[in-house]
Amino acid sequence: MDRRANAPLMLAILAAVLAFLYVPISVLVALSFNESGLPTVWRGVSLRWYAALWHNSDILSAAANTLKVALVSTAIATALGTLLALGVEQRRRRGRALEALIFAPMIIPDIVLAIALLSFFSLAGITMGLHTIIMAHVVFNLAFVCSVVRARLKSFDWSIVEASQDLGASGLTTLRRVVLPVLMPAVIAGALLAFTLSVDEFIIAFFTAGAGRASTTLPMQIFAMIRFGVTPEINALAALVMGVSLIALTLAQRLNRGGMVAP
Amino acid sequence: MRQAKSLALMAPALAWLFALMVVPCALILALAFFRRGIYGGVEYTFTLENLALVFDPLYAGIFLHSARIAGLAALIAVILGYSAAYAIASMPRRYQPALLFIAVLPFWSNYLIRTYAWIVLLNREGLITQGLRVLGYEGEAPSLLYTEGAVITGLVYNYLPFVILATYAPLARLNPEIAEASRDLGASGWTTFRRVTLPLTLPGVVAGGVFVFVLSIGNFVTPALLGGGQFQMIGNVVYAQFLTANDWPFGAALSMVLIALMTGLLMLQTLASDRATGGATGGPQDG
Repeated sequence: MDRRANAPLMLAILAAVLAFLYVPISVLVALSFNESGLPTVWRGVSLRWYAALWHNSDILSAAANTLKVALVSTAIATALGTLLALGVEQRRRRGRALEALIFAPMIIPDIVLAIALLSFFSLAGITMGLHTIIMAHVVFNLAFVCSVVRARLKSFDWSIVEASQDLGASGLTTLRRVVLPVLMPAVIAGALLAFTLSVDEFIIAFFTAGAGRASTTLPMQIFAMIRFGVTPEINALAALVMGVSLIALTLAQRLNRGGMVAP
Repeated sequence: MRQAKSLALMAPALAWLFALMVVPCALILALAFFRRGIYGGVEYTFTLENLALVFDPLYAGIFLHSARIAGLAALIAVILGYSAAYAIASMPRRYQPALLFIAVLPFWSNYLIRTYAWIVLLNREGLITQGLRVLGYEGEAPSLLYTEGAVITGLVYNYLPFVILATYAPLARLNPEIAEASRDLGASGWTTFRRVTLPLTLPGVVAGGVFVFVLSIGNFVTPALLGGGQFQMIGNVVYAQFLTANDWPFGAALSMVLIALMTGLLMLQTLASDRATGGATGGPQDG
């Protein structure tokens, strides 16, 4: 870096880019509190549109579906991903194919996994619904949990495992009483990350939800609503969803200091 | 013993990935070579027609159009993102992590919501139109939404943090003494940037650009929401084959070409960055 860079110019560039990033979402949040509901008439702060969400049964059932999908897929992915991380890190030699297989769900484009799973479920004769969304979400969630736990395992002292086993503990006891307590912050951070990703995920859910409204998730509901334009209710919903992601992210970051900045 | 235990620990996750990722992806590859059934299903006779249809002028044109939009989005995102990363890296060291965090934070909010934010700004009665009215503009509200510009803006907005992350890492690692040496030898700030800083951080720039391009070219949400179906990108065509037109083999063939394009670009980028830096820096994983 050039330490003699033009400081006012740098500040101006940074301010401009941050404005580009933050103005659109800030406008959205501000409008969600606007009593009038019109983008142009400001009639004071109100929680009216948030209250309206509470009476919209479509949104409530979509939110309930999202919660189910996120909780179940996170639980499965956290278990599988943590075990996977433990297994992989114990190996002395790891083939490229294994690494590629574990890494693939994080880089494969959503649309590809979405159509692949849609074709697979239909041709295999599996009726689609919330359960197929869950199965699909576990695929990418377990990869993210695994990568967070693996990062922690890099600095893990395996000699405490040997010590535990020398003292007569079984493999399962060692896992439960020695390994997991040390790994717990990373496991929880991974689970929070998985939960956030699952709550936000739209494309794969959209393709694997099957027909009918019964398995509509919140992002699917949002997509259906915003195709038809701007309403103060969507503004409130959007602000609420952003708030929840922000809280989950902050928690994950706290638990896993310095471990992750981007998905 | 140790290997067997490792395998047992990995088995459930690997089985899951095999059944729900490897098999479905292989299925898509296979589907591309089958005929479409009369009632929208799949007829299991081998054909190359689907792949040939991808290169039909109509669909090849959509591919080129998508590539142009994705290319413009990547170019703009690289210019904005690299400038922002450069500005962050030039700030005092103690503020840099916080600034980077702030720049990447919007990326964590929902993609649909970030796209919706632009509908709020750009629609006919949106804030930009209202702003023009306040300034005394009387005529017909300009149609900003449902244009190519709106789609490109949406893509840049959504993927900009990727570029900031990919280019910040090499910029922050750069030894400041190299730039100082260049200045001491009489080069201007601009020459130093063009001849020293930019070449040394090019792998990050390329990685960021390729990432935005790859994510944009297969995108169907942004064209659907900000393009309003006025024009199609390749992602929308794939989407239609699977969900409305029910021609799965053709949809599979389109996605196969799309995946090949994406994978090819990502591999080229990895190769280029490995060559440029001996594998030590660059690449999106540096974020």
